[in-house]
Order: sequence, then C-alpha cells, then structure tokens
Amino acid sequence: MCSGGSPVKGPKRIAMESNNGCMLRLEDVSLTLQGHVLIPPTSLEVRAGEVITIMGPSGSGKSSLLDFICGTLSRAFKAGGRILLDGLEITRVAPEKRGIGILFQDDLLFPHMSVGENLLFALPRNNGDRGQRRAVADAALAEAGLDGFFDRDPATLSGGQRARTAVMRTLLSHPRALLLDEPFSKLDAHTKGEFRSFVFSHARMRGLPTLLVTHDPEDARAAGGPVTTIGSEWQED
Amino acid sequence: MAQSLRQLVVSKAESRFSLLRLAPFLTLCVFLAPVVAGLAATILPALGFHPALNRYDIGLKCLLQFFSLPGAGRSLQLTIWTGFLATALAFGLAMLFSASFCHTRFFRCAQCLLSPLLAMPHSALAIGLVFLLAPSGWIFRLASGALGITRPPNVITVQDDWGLSFVFAVLLKAVPYLTLMTTAALGQVQPARSLALARAMGYGVFGAWIRTVFPRIYPLIRLPVYAVLAFSMSVVDVALVMAPSNPPTLSVFVLRLFNSKDLAMQLPGAAGALVLFLIVVGSIGLWRVGEILVARVGRRIYSSGRRGGSGTVSRSLAAGIMIMLLLFSFSALMVLALWSLADWWRFPDAFPHAFTLTTWTRHIGAVGRPAFVTFVTGISAVLVSLALVLLCLENEDRMGSINRSRTLLLLYIPLLVPQMAFLFGTQVLFIRLGIVGGWIGLIWAHVLFVLPYVFLSLADPWRSLDTRYRRSALCLGASPWKVFFRVKLPMLLKPMSVACAIGFAVSAGEYLPTVFAGAGRFATLTTEAVTLASGGDRRVLAVYVFLQAVMPLAVYLMAIVLPGWMHRHRAGML
Amino acid sequence: MLNVWCAIAAFCTALSGWGTAAAEESVEWKTILGRARGQTVYWKAWAGSEATNSYIQWVAKEANKRYGVTLRHAKIVNPAELVSGTLAEKTVGKHTGGSTDLLWINGENFSAMKKNGLLYGPFTCELPNFVNYVDANNSAFTHDFTVPVDGLEAPWGKAQFVFIYDSAVLRVPPKSMAELLKFAKKNPGRFTHPQVRNFMGSTFLKQVLYEIVKDRSVLFRPAMEDNFDKVTAPLWTWYDELKPHLWRKGRRFPESGPAQNQLLADGEVDISMSFSPFEASRLILNGMFPKTVRTYIMDIGTIGNANFLAIPYNSSAKEGAMIVINFLLSPEAQWRGQDPSIRGSFTVLDMKRLPDQYRKKFADLDLGPASLSPEELGPPLPEPHPSWMDRIIDEWHNRYAN
Repeated sequence: MCSGGSPVKGPKRIAMESNNGCMLRLEDVSLTLQGHVLIPPTSLEVRAGEVITIMGPSGSGKSSLLDFICGTLSRAFKAGGRILLDGLEITRVAPEKRGIGILFQDDLLFPHMSVGENLLFALPRNNGDRGQRRAVADAALAEAGLDGFFDRDPATLSGGQRARTAVMRTLLSHPRALLLDEPFSKLDAHTKGEFRSFVFSHARMRGLPTLLVTHDPEDARAAGGPVTTIGSEWQED
Repeated sequence: MAQSLRQLVVSKAESRFSLLRLAPFLTLCVFLAPVVAGLAATILPALGFHPALNRYDIGLKCLLQFFSLPGAGRSLQLTIWTGFLATALAFGLAMLFSASFCHTRFFRCAQCLLSPLLAMPHSALAIGLVFLLAPSGWIFRLASGALGITRPPNVITVQDDWGLSFVFAVLLKAVPYLTLMTTAALGQVQPARSLALARAMGYGVFGAWIRTVFPRIYPLIRLPVYAVLAFSMSVVDVALVMAPSNPPTLSVFVLRLFNSKDLAMQLPGAAGALVLFLIVVGSIGLWRVGEILVARVGRRIYSSGRRGGSGTVSRSLAAGIMIMLLLFSFSALMVLALWSLADWWRFPDAFPHAFTLTTWTRHIGAVGRPAFVTFVTGISAVLVSLALVLLCLENEDRMGSINRSRTLLLLYIPLLVPQMAFLFGTQVLFIRLGIVGGWIGLIWAHVLFVLPYVFLSLADPWRSLDTRYRRSALCLGASPWKVFFRVKLPMLLKPMSVACAIGFAVSAGEYLPTVFAGAGRFATLTTEAVTLASGGDRRVLAVYVFLQAVMPLAVYLMAIVLPGWMHRHRAGML
Repeated sequence: MLNVWCAIAAFCTALSGWGTAAAEESVEWKTILGRARGQTVYWKAWAGSEATNSYIQWVAKEANKRYGVTLRHAKIVNPAELVSGTLAEKTVGKHTGGSTDLLWINGENFSAMKKNGLLYGPFTCELPNFVNYVDANNSAFTHDFTVPVDGLEAPWGKAQFVFIYDSAVLRVPPKSMAELLKFAKKNPGRFTHPQVRNFMGSTFLKQVLYEIVKDRSVLFRPAMEDNFDKVTAPLWTWYDELKPHLWRKGRRFPESGPAQNQLLADGEVDISMSFSPFEASRLILNGMFPKTVRTYIMDIGTIGNANFLAIPYNSSAKEGAMIVINFLLSPEAQWRGQDPSIRGSFTVLDMKRLPDQYRKKFADLDLGPASLSPEELGPPLPEPHPSWMDRIIDEWHNRYAN
C-alpha cells in the first residue's frame, strides 16, 4: 500500500518519509502518431527506489511516453496498454489524481510566484494550517540548501538553485512515482553531477519508482539502474 | 482505494458534458447568431418580404427601386472606388514599411507609437483630421501668412468628390493596423535568415523581402487585409465625417433610408444593405483573384534573377509616409486639445486668442453620461468576451485539439460582413427579444465586435504558453481549474490585459452598433461626437472628441503599465 | 369622447382663467406627479444647437431635483428619426415600452406622426402651465404648418427665420432673393445655405418660394401632383442660376444652421441663417462671432413657426414626459429659454397672463446687440403645408444630388 495519501504530521517527516514499496508497471504500452508506430507494445516494471533509464534518439517518443504515464498526452497520439501504480490501473485517471511527479529539462518554476509559493502550490491541502504549511516549505528549502529563500523571486536564483527548487516542489506534492524528462541536459557540467546525485538520492530515500528519459549515456550511468532503448528515429514528413 | 479510483474515472466521464465543453458552441451562438439572423432579417425585406409593412411581393422590385433612387449609382461607384483605393494603399504602405524597416530600431519605435494610435476611435481621428485639413483648419491657419490669405480658400479639401480625404482618414488607422498584423506574422516566419541569404546573393532590401518573406507572410495577413477592404467599404462614422454627402457612400445612403420617416423606404434600404453585402463579398473575391494573378506573375519574377535596386528610394518613401501618418494623427489629437481650450480662435490666427477652461467646465456635466455609458459598455463587453474566449481556449487545452483555420474564419465574420448589412436585422431581432434600448442589447451588440479582437489578440500568447507548465502543475496535484486560475491566468496577465484594452478600444469606437441596439436611449462618446460633428461649435465638439480619443488611450496605457506593476517583484514576468 | 371634453375644458379654463390655482392642485395632476416620480424620460431632440443642448441639460437637472424624473437627451441630427423610430416600433407591434417618451417636433414630422397615429393625447389641457399661461387660441399654436394640433403637442418656442451677417464685412446685406442672386454672382463662393435635408436648408428654399410664387394661397393647401411642378418652376430657375456661384460651387453644403454659423465665423461665407433672432447675440457673447455681426430679415418678411413637444403613443413614461413639458412651459423655464445668453428662443407664454414679477423679468431681458426686436421682425410668414417641404426636399435631391 502506498503511503502517499496519508497525512503528514511534522515538518521534518516529509523529507524523511519513504514510499514503502510502490511499484510502477507498464503493460503492453504502445504509442502511435498519425499511423506511425513510435513505440510498439512494451512492458516495463519499475520497483520502489529503482531508477530505470529509457534511452532513445530525439523524436523516438520517449517524452510522449512520459506524457502518457502522466495523463497529459496530446490527443494527436494514439496510445494503447495499461499503466498500473501499485497494482491499480491509472490509465484513465485524471493527471492530478495519479500521484505521478515529473521533472522536465527546464525547472518550470512559476515565474509569477515566489520560491516559497511555488512549493506551497505543490503541497497538498491536508498539511495543517498556514503556519504549518510554511514550516514544511521552509524545511524543504533547507533540505535543498536554500535556507531563507522562501520570499525570493525565482528569476533571481541560479540554474542549480532553481533546479533543486523544482525537485523539492515535485517531492512536496507527494508523488508515488517519479518521471524525469531529461532534467539534467540544460545544466552546466559542474552543476550537473551535483544535481544528479541530489535527484537520485532523494528519489531513493523516498523509495520512488523512477523512470528517467535521456539520450545522454552519462545520465544512465549515474542512475545506476537498468537501461532500455526504445524506438527508432521517427521522421517528420 | 480502488473504489475511489473508479469513482474518479466516472466523474471524469461525467465532466464531458460540462459547461466548459459547451463554451465554443455558446460563443458561436452569442456572436454569430445575431449576425446570421440579422443578415436574414435584412435580406428578406430586400427581396420584398416585409410582413410588418404588409409587403409580400417577393422579387427584385426593391432592388430596382433602390437603384432608381437619386444618387444610388454614384454612391455605389464611390464606395467601390474608395474601398479598393484605401485597401490597396494601406496594404502597399504597410508592406513597403515592413520590408524597408523590419529589424530596425526605427521599426520598433514606430511600432510603439502605432499601438496607442490604434486605440483611438477612428471617428475621433477623422474629426481631428477635419480640424486640420478643412480650408479653415489648422494647416491653412499656420500657412496663411506664407500663402497671404486672410480668409479660408474656397477649395474642397475634406469631403471631396473623389473621396480622397475619406481614403486618407481610413489610411490613418488601416496602415498601422496592417503594419502591426505584419509584425505579428513576421514573428511566426522568422525572416532574418532568408533575408540575409537573399541579400548575400545581391538582392536589395525591398527586393529580398518581396521575394523571400512576403510570399510566406501574406497568407497570415490575408484576413486582416480582407477586413480592411470590408471596413473601408462599409464604415459609417468615418464616412459621415469625411466622405462626400450628396450622394454619400453606400452605407450612409442605406442608413438614411432606414431612418426615413416613410417606412416603405426600409425596403429599398434593405435592398441597399444587400447590395453592400454583395459588393463586399464580390470585392473580397476579386481581391482573391488578384492574389492568384500576382502570385503567378511573382513566380516568373523569382526565376528571372533580376536583383532590383538597393531600395533606398522605397525606404525613404516608406519612412516619410509613416512619419507623415503619425504626425497627422498626433496633430489631430493636438488640434482637438487646442480647440477645447480656446476662448475663441479666428481665421487666420495660428493659435487661439487665449486659453480657457470654460468649455470644459460648462460641458463636463453633459459629457459625464456618455462617458459613463462608454465605460460601462466597454468594460462589460470586454469582460463577457474575455470570459467566453478564456473558456474556449481552456476547453481547447483540455480537449487537446484545435482547428485554427476554421475558428479563425468564423471569428472574422463580424469583421468582414458590413455592419450596415446585418445590424438593421439584428435590431429587429433584439426588438422581438425585448432587449433593444437596454443594457443587455447594447452590450451584446458590442460583444459581436469586441470578441473577435479579444480572441485574436489572446489566442496566440495563450497557445504559445509552454504546455509543460500546465502539465507539471497537473502532476503536482493541482486540479485543472486550479491550474487555470493560479497558473495560466497570472502568467498570461499581460496579454490578457492588452487584449482587454484592445477590446475596450474597439467597443469605445463603435458607432453603428450603439445606434441600432441603443435605440437612441444610449449615447457613447463616439455617437455623441459623430452627432455633434455635423455642425455647431468646434470648441464643444473638441471636448467630446478629445475625451473620446483619450479614454481608450488611457485604458490602453493602463493595460500596459498595470501587469508590470502587479508583477514588479517577478523578473521572470517582465 | 374624452378628448372632446378635454378640449372643451381647456377652452373654458383658458377663457375664464379661474383654473390658475385649481389646475396645479387638481387630483389628476397630483396623480400624474406621483406616477412620474422615478420615471426615466428619453427625450429625442435635434442636437445641432449647443445652446439648446445645454439648456436641456439644465432642464434634466431641475426635473430630477424637483420631480424625481430622470431626463435623458437622445441626441439626433436628422429630425426624420423622430418619426421612423416610433413608426418602426408600431409596425412590429411594440405598443408599450417604446424607446422614446418625449419629442421636440413640428411641421412635416408632426404631420407624419399624427397621420400614423403615433402620438399620445390630447394631453395639453392637463398641463397647468399650458392652461394658465398659453393662449390656446393663438393660430400659431392651434395649427402646425397648417395641420391642426388638436392638443397632441404643446408649444415650446417660437421661431422666426433670420439671416446673419458681419457688418464689418458686408455693408448692405441683400434683402430680397433678386438681390441675393446679384450678391452671389458678384461675390462667388460667399453665400450658401444648409443641406436641404436639414430643416434650415429646406426653409431657405421655402422662403425663396414665398417670394417667387405668384399666388401664395396655393402653399397652404397640400402640394399636388399637377400643381407642384408649375408652382415651383420659378424656384428652380432661380436656384439653377444661383447654384454655380455658391460656396464650393454648390457641390458642398454645411450640415446645419450652426455649421453655417461656423463658416461665417471663419470668414468662409458672408451670410448665415438661423431660426432664432437671438442666436447672433448669443454667439457674440460666447466668443464665436465678432461683435460686428448683425441679424436681418428679408423685405417681404420671413417664415416663422412654433416648435412643439409631443409624446409618442407607446411611451412608458407619459406622466414623466408631461411633467417635463409642464416644467418647460413654466415662466421660469421659458424666461431662461428666452435669455439670449442662455438659449435665445422666443417664449410661447402669453405676457398678459403672467404674474407681474415674470412679466417684468421678461421685459428686462437684454436681447443683446445683434438681436431683432419683435417690431423689427414684423409678423412672420406662416409655414406652407408640410407636403411642400417634403416635395421640395425630394425634388432638390432629384435635380442636384445625382
């Protein structure tokens, strides 16, 4: 049973809390665009705390696969198969109810909110009163080495700081699985390594089944899990 | 847990019948039904079917009667001639200007001045232009010393027989409009590289632009060009002020017939409205044929290898004309301000005898009501339009599919069909619904013209908002409505407020919809200004027209400043 | 039946004068006052004159203050709209809740409204101020362009056609149509008249017709198919001769009298025209005209008429409209209206019936430097039958607007 839905008592606990044995499973998932098969029926199982890397050239449908898992796939695609999270099918559940977190190559912090508001946006309602919620957000910032950044304008942060904020934001929404859509590709070499270990350690700590999509073999190596290669290049015509 | 998930699935299926899914349909009804019904209610009497007047003799009699009216033939010629001339000139100038100056600082600078210009009601510019150009106008006053005149020359400058002053008045707004539309299209085409390539091959600035950029942007500005063509053939307020009046342009001619105290004249009036509709449709068709021919000739020119000149002549011409247009528009505003503050100002004095606030203080009470009506109507029409447009766009996002070309054409319908051709029928419809002469009818009539502009100016920024913001917000557990209100709306505050300002300017500038839907009960600054423009004290008219011009301008400036202020602590939003 | 009684009652009270206090105190009037409170009255009135617009603004303020009636001025340029609006409503069966409640009207538009049964009334006999202060037997108020008024409209002001010129520019203004033609030929471009669609323009043509026509009596009967051409033939001959010498060679015309005043002020033309003998004075006072501007009339006299107030049959604020009309007929409002510095419209009140205080106030009004006194104006020429106006307008367009 996943614990993502259970209320969290103290601010310290969310950071530490782990996801006891959630599992993400894809059964015969396939993707088609305008009659072109992007991904033939594929099955995959990601166990709690495991990171599976999906490699493939651009246009192979990797990102669309993540969209399908999130529930935000464009209607232009035809998708088949089932997605199960801890044994329950979520293929037709609304994206906001799936409990699947995603990180993109851009941090996508909402530019009109402060750093802290971005975090509170993600934090579910059942997390106490205003003061308690604030404490949760502050603790998350501390954990990311961003002590006292609550009121900062995200535009004033460095790339690495923004990326870490984005991770904390996703984690605060209590996902039960994590999808990574090339989240390291835009960072410079130095920040990249640091940030990789930050993301993977947090995912492992929470026992999140994690799916990483990338075309950078470095990422796959750092993830340390199994690697799957999908799709051939799909040419636009 | 499994059960709750199942419930979620069910509730999602139910939501397919929500209000949101009805939004596009609702929007179409709100803004196309009055046009279609109005057109039908105009065409029927045009063909002799008018039960209220006990007329059932269907046929072409009313059309023949219309053509037999004194001045109908010349009115028709005038309309077609001025329509094509204004459109061709506006289009040519906008192209010349864009070709000569895109990517220059001058272009960006002109653009900054053009947008507020578009916010000013067209009739206000036209009236200001009369204050400038008339034989007793400011230009002759300034030049009187040089010309050695003490009385206004007995020449026709405004309302000339050929309609040239009318065409000029149309150009004052049509050129900025098409230029800005071209700028928007250029943003989609990214012409810099093809231009550089063509110039490296030895083509001049203009030649390179015409050969490599123009063919790609024309499809994107085709509908705006058609809108200009339809507008210049059917506009009423500018024609009342600037076009000859005996006979007037077709739309004014028809308006007079509808206002005749002999109700039987409504039938030839409706016939005239039908003729106007057909003329506009035919002209757009003709323009389309012209496009095809030009494209054919154009192909031959591409492959001829001719390089063309360096473009310096066309460049200075374009700059000169654009500066002149801007100068005229802002001088128009200035001369209005001068007149409103003059105690008296006799010919040939270059400036008023003295300045006074008397005219303002004496008329500020009378101006209050129309200013209030203008404001309330504009704001309401904008809010209704904005709500409908946002719902449509949000629905588009959630459905994940869009059909741009079809919606675009539908949106342009109220801009392409001459107002005169359907508003009479719309009024009949509104009378039947019992909403004529009331706020609802008035606001509805304004929404017809505000909504397309709000949609056109908001759709692109909305659609180009990075969809990953929406997706990541959803994955963070936010409901679609929370994403809508907390993520999309704040992030799109700037384009939204610009769309509102444009919508407000459109509403504030409308003449005919207010006249027909208001049934004389509602007067806006525009209807008052056009009414007073027919004669009387220039100082009083200047007060009305100055306010008429400045009010949408103020709203426009506020729309630019406000979002920046609200997001002043968010560098990412600037 | 009621109408007849109403008319008789009005006649009686008018003769005896005993109704003075009674009319204002009457139960009927109090009921009307009560119903009027809270109503909004939409008054469709020609908006070409700034002075009148401002005056209406003042009336609106007073009506709201005194009677709780909201008065809105629906400004129009073309008086034909007075008829077309209500007529269109009647044809689609909108017999209540019409869009207009009060009309400033006379002549051919009144005739058209009356013919189509678009007017409420008779109502004038219910107005205390009409009963008390207006001479209901004055032929100027019993007939409007020869059409019997029948209590369907209340007189508001008296107008007389006058010409305006700048004595510093023009020593001796032309006082007959023959002289005018001579003047125009000698000074090409210095004379014009308002657009014939405008009542001022058509009145100018009627004034010409008056002077040119052999037998004036024909003008007081409806114009007929068989006599119109013959009667107006000399008018068109005269006009054909004049037209090429007009301002802008007769290809443009000012939209209205006030627009022509502006031309005079700018020095574009030497002569303007107005329906108010006080207008020139007012415009001198407000700075538009130089102090040398004067008013004059033709040797044969000029056309005069009364203008009226009427209520459309489908108005939803008839009581409010009656309250406003009654207020407009009050000595105070009429006195203000006659003041050349404010509006400058001749009162319709009978001086003999006014309280002394107001008689004195009227007598003390400074008519201004450029106004003509009633003696100088002489008796006005009565308006021809409205059909002449309609036909002259149509014929002018047939001849010159093609």
